[in-house]
Amino acid sequence: MSSESDVRAEVLAPKKRYKLPSAWLFVAPFLLFYVAFLIYPAIQVAYLSFTNSDITGQGSFVGLQNYVELIRDPDFWASLWHTLYFILLTVVPNTAVGFFLALLVTRLKRLRLPILSAFFLPYVLPVSVVTTGALWLLDTNFGIINYLTGSTISWFQDPNWAMPAVAVVTIWWTVGFNMLLFIAGLHNISPEVYEAAAIDGASRWQQFFFITCPLIWPVTSLVLLLQLIAQFKIFDQVYLLTQGGPYNSTVVVLLYMYRQAFQQNRGGYAAAVAVALLIIMLIGSAIAFRVMQGRRSK
Amino acid sequence: MKSHRFSFLRLTCTILTIIMALAWLFPLYWIVNTSLTAESDTIALPPSFVPIPPNFEAFAYVIENSPIFRWYFNTVLVASVITVISILVSLMCAYALSIMEFKGKGLINVWLLLGFMIPFGAMVIPLFMLMNQMHLVNSHLGVILPQIATPLSVIVFKRFFDQVPKDFRDAATIDGASDFHVLFNIYIPLNWSIIWAMAIITFIGAWNNFLWPFIVTNSTPMLTIPVGMTQVQSAYGVAFAKTSAVAVMASIPTALAYIIFQKRVTQGVVAAAGIK
Repeated sequence: MSSESDVRAEVLAPKKRYKLPSAWLFVAPFLLFYVAFLIYPAIQVAYLSFTNSDITGQGSFVGLQNYVELIRDPDFWASLWHTLYFILLTVVPNTAVGFFLALLVTRLKRLRLPILSAFFLPYVLPVSVVTTGALWLLDTNFGIINYLTGSTISWFQDPNWAMPAVAVVTIWWTVGFNMLLFIAGLHNISPEVYEAAAIDGASRWQQFFFITCPLIWPVTSLVLLLQLIAQFKIFDQVYLLTQGGPYNSTVVVLLYMYRQAFQQNRGGYAAAVAVALLIIMLIGSAIAFRVMQGRRSK
Repeated sequence: MKSHRFSFLRLTCTILTIIMALAWLFPLYWIVNTSLTAESDTIALPPSFVPIPPNFEAFAYVIENSPIFRWYFNTVLVASVITVISILVSLMCAYALSIMEFKGKGLINVWLLLGFMIPFGAMVIPLFMLMNQMHLVNSHLGVILPQIATPLSVIVFKRFFDQVPKDFRDAATIDGASDFHVLFNIYIPLNWSIIWAMAIITFIGAWNNFLWPFIVTNSTPMLTIPVGMTQVQSAYGVAFAKTSAVAVMASIPTALAYIIFQKRVTQGVVAAAGIK
């Protein structure tokens, strides 16, 4: 009896003693990169926003000056409005198209995998490939889209069409991701629920509206939230398709930040733009989350 | 009669789906088609819809006149190093968070969620300054370092590790195995498929990343393919066959990776979103 407890003590004691340093040994490599290249820059960007630094970080503390300027800066507000316009053009449509494609794909059997990959394939391509293709297909004079439809619209040079065109390209590129999440969600709905409804005489449409839609809502709200966060950060497509033009009509917040930092050499002011975007994003996501939670609990 | 009408509806729906899928692929087909057309024929009206006979002029020109293979090398190197190190450190961190008890664990969990919400784009300014101070602008290391810590991988791995019975580790440690042994000989083999899935996703993501390489590199020999491509575009001006040829070459690795590892990519995306 006593020897057995001795053995147990021997086995357990050393483990207990090395547990703490050993655990940190496992966490340390990740934390090192995480703190150095995520946490530290996040703190640094907040600090920089109170300075008049250039892009190398040289500058002095100026208090709230950047924020005072930001609030009166019509170009910043314009960039925020363009970002919100882009969000309006992408978040809900991208989610809706993803849901629609998922419904189409899940009812397939043998063709399911090839069709699924056809819709998902654009998503794995680099953004510059997507924009190169878009600039070519939507070229005013030689683009195949204008040739086939007979339109003469200069998609990326017309202030009215530039942002919608960027939005359509974005949806074509990324909808496969949303579709995949919806397919997984649809897959999780038990077929028994449909069988029970069918026995009770529910039509296909009734099943769709009263079973599929409510049961898929957790996925829908997740996709909407992920979309919202992703589209707030829009930069790549706009930079590559329009460079912010025509007449600055597609300058989004991150592009405005990029210009301030790397073209005007105003690191401090650009940091204030970044912080403002961060705060707006957090508030926006929190509101969206609250609204969707409310709907779910109903 | 009713079943006949029903199957007719199903068939219409399937055909509609196929047409949509083909429409979705059309832009990609069109880029490939253009890349195999002589430059002077790309702006011919009506355009030719089939590249027969294929013309490899554009590919030959791009290979000879741009450092595209150097960019390939850069991208392969950067994406591979990011994938290997990122997956390794995430696995170790997830292991500790999943089964070890230690001070500060709760804090790390909170930090991970925080990192989720901080958009990378908002941090390129301090990151650029940091790289500038470390003299890592225009270096592979400069591209690699900020892309290694991906909280998402840690969260996904932790979720999978949580489902491994604790008895496995207890039994192994009583036999004298260290935690490194437990991780590499038990936890990693048991979760091989999700690790593989996350590795492929990380690789594709690193290969495709535009914003950070674009910020931290500007000398032509140091660019990755997605950034280098844009140089070709501005250098050649209106040269659709050549830019299409570069686009095709830039897409081949990730497109192939997806087509070969399709199921893994799907599994990884769904797991990363937290849907089982």
